[in-house]
Amino acid sequence: MCATSTTLPPELEWKLPARGQVGMFALIGAESAIFTIFVVAYLFYIGKSLSGPMPSEVLSPPILYTICLLSSSLTIHLAAKSLRGGKVRSFGAWWLLTIILGAIFLYGTASEWHRLIYKDGLTITTNLFGTTYYSLVGLHGFHVIVGLLALSSVMAFTTFGAVKQEQAERIDVLSLYWHFVDAVWVVVFTVVYLIGR
Amino acid sequence: MSTESVAWPNRAAASPSFVDHLHEWVTTVDHKRLGILYIVYALIFLVIGGIEATVMRIQLIRPHNDFVSPQVFNRMFTMHGTTMIFFVVMPVLFGFANYLIPLMIGARDMAFPRLNAFSFWMTAFGGLLLYFSLVGANGLYGAGNAPDVGWFAYAPLTSQTFSVGHSTDFWTLALLVSGFGSIGTAINIIATVLCMRCPGMTLAKMPLFAWLNLIMAGLVILAVSPLTAAQIMLMVDRYLGGHFFDTQAGGSAVVWMHFFWVFGHPEVYVLVLPAFAFASEIIPVFSRKPIFGYPVMVGATIAIGFISMSVWAHHMFTVGMSSAANTFFVISTMAIAVPTGIKIFNWLATMWGGKIEFKTPMLFCIAFLFQFLIAGLTGVMQAAAPFDWQLGSSYFVVAHFHYVIVGGILFCLFGAFYYWFPKMSGKIYSEPLGKLHFWLFIIGFHLTFDFMHIPGLLGMPRRIYTYEPGRGWDTWNLVVTIGVFFQAAGILVFLGNLIWSYFGGEPAGNDPWDAWTLEWSTNSPPPVYNFYTIPSVRSRRPLWDLKHPDDPDWKYE
Repeated sequence: MCATSTTLPPELEWKLPARGQVGMFALIGAESAIFTIFVVAYLFYIGKSLSGPMPSEVLSPPILYTICLLSSSLTIHLAAKSLRGGKVRSFGAWWLLTIILGAIFLYGTASEWHRLIYKDGLTITTNLFGTTYYSLVGLHGFHVIVGLLALSSVMAFTTFGAVKQEQAERIDVLSLYWHFVDAVWVVVFTVVYLIGR
Repeated sequence: MSTESVAWPNRAAASPSFVDHLHEWVTTVDHKRLGILYIVYALIFLVIGGIEATVMRIQLIRPHNDFVSPQVFNRMFTMHGTTMIFFVVMPVLFGFANYLIPLMIGARDMAFPRLNAFSFWMTAFGGLLLYFSLVGANGLYGAGNAPDVGWFAYAPLTSQTFSVGHSTDFWTLALLVSGFGSIGTAINIIATVLCMRCPGMTLAKMPLFAWLNLIMAGLVILAVSPLTAAQIMLMVDRYLGGHFFDTQAGGSAVVWMHFFWVFGHPEVYVLVLPAFAFASEIIPVFSRKPIFGYPVMVGATIAIGFISMSVWAHHMFTVGMSSAANTFFVISTMAIAVPTGIKIFNWLATMWGGKIEFKTPMLFCIAFLFQFLIAGLTGVMQAAAPFDWQLGSSYFVVAHFHYVIVGGILFCLFGAFYYWFPKMSGKIYSEPLGKLHFWLFIIGFHLTFDFMHIPGLLGMPRRIYTYEPGRGWDTWNLVVTIGVFFQAAGILVFLGNLIWSYFGGEPAGNDPWDAWTLEWSTNSPPPVYNFYTIPSVRSRRPLWDLKHPDDPDWKYE
């Protein structure tokens, strides 16, 4: 076994980025590319539906639910900050609030879909608007669900007292994902409810 | 202590049973084992994809041949393309990246070993899904069939109307599943290269292999994800009755083309960058000189990465785009030849004045240089939109991209196999058999793909299952098919060499090539933990420094 024996100059301090953060940023890059394709498809197909209902007739911006989702970014930031400071109880409280806000948002999407399907008769097969709308919003909703499942499992661990200050770095990685889910909603909201209507 | 109390391990414990062995390999998270799994898996699919190519060439050996039916011919070219790209070249490149990156950067494993295993099994089951279509594509009716929509699966061929049964669904699912595997591996490579380097190995001191694979992983993230999105859309269309690519409901078939080629062209660079990585390691060692222009090589790679994201629509000149779009894609496509040309000159400059050893890996890399140059030149020819209008979808295109993938990528891959085989197996390969493989394959390659350009220029379209005699295509097709048999013989010699050398080869020792990167400092094959102590490096050639303490590289870098 001959490992290299050349020694380092002592002044060199060896520090590398955390792999969790880098991995999550790479995943976010891949997810952004997926969302980009769906957003491009949505923008391209605006106004190309051959039959109704059209977005202007049935969509209204879900401002309240949007506020809920976006403010959950703030609460998860505060939660992660509390854990880094070692305040596990305050972490748990902010974390729970994040989950509640995310769940409210998800309820908002569900009720909008229910109204569109049963009242306005818009399904994924109705027209191009239906296809692109349910795909894009659904893809985002899917990411919210995945995020909520991850957040809830951390919540369960917190309840059983298994989350401690040492895990702050991992919690930061998860909160990075949640910030991404929120940021994507800003794009989806702009495209679907502002540009596309 | 009495002798009875000493518990000697019995033979069964010393050599684990087949089931234990299998269990170890299936549940492994070791980057070296996963690397070998990737490579063996890809070699199996290489044989399958090669057989499909041979079937097509036998069918085209003479006009009005009836070796296979037109339906089977369609399935053959679809399965050949899909298999070779997604289940041969990508897995084998991921295999080498997996095996070598941690060793080269002085790490004990990848950043996420379990994600690594997950990615491999996703890719593996993706390939099985694709081939399960042969039995399962008609669902419960029994007799199945393979996808026959072409490897880029243009709409509306993939709609329920034109693609009855489940063959297209298997194709979609296979690519979706293996795409998740590719993205997982890419994330892993990025995190490994950025976060796991041994002390002293700054980005500027990394082996070029790690650099090129880092850029490759970035391209996978940006290229395979759009394919994943497009496959989801196709599934929405086929299963949920969506209209993304349904022209009857206002959807657009051209959008599928854009989405596919947004993946498809960067994908070419995903495949070729690791091939460049092999050449960048092999050529310096066998020229006995450090790589020429390391910073420029890195810069050119990054440039290729960026430009490759903006060239996709040169696959679509014949579709009919606006002249502004045509102009943009002509210019960007020609521009990408510049950094690629810089690389070729750097490899030549590395060889210039060097003490070249014509071992098998080096032979393959030298052939790669010439062939990749020609492949690039026919690429620039087709980058000119008017030329492409004439030759788009002809055998000229087929000849061009096989020149890239076989003449460029596969030749480098063979070089890599011979170069790292001693490290992976601990045995030295048979040099005469390696040379025989090289000469058989290069003769076969040139017979097939040099002469394939000509029927293309004479107007022979791709994807036809037969042709009329008397168009001037007959002799060329005969020669092309004869070349295939030389290539097949070369592949058999190659596989035979690997197997024979693995069981009967001479021990290789740690460093058979007197090389300079860290993987040669540990045992062959490396122990599970790779390095007994984590090395630290001061230059791009740590083993040179070790072997020449009086004249180390770090004094000059």
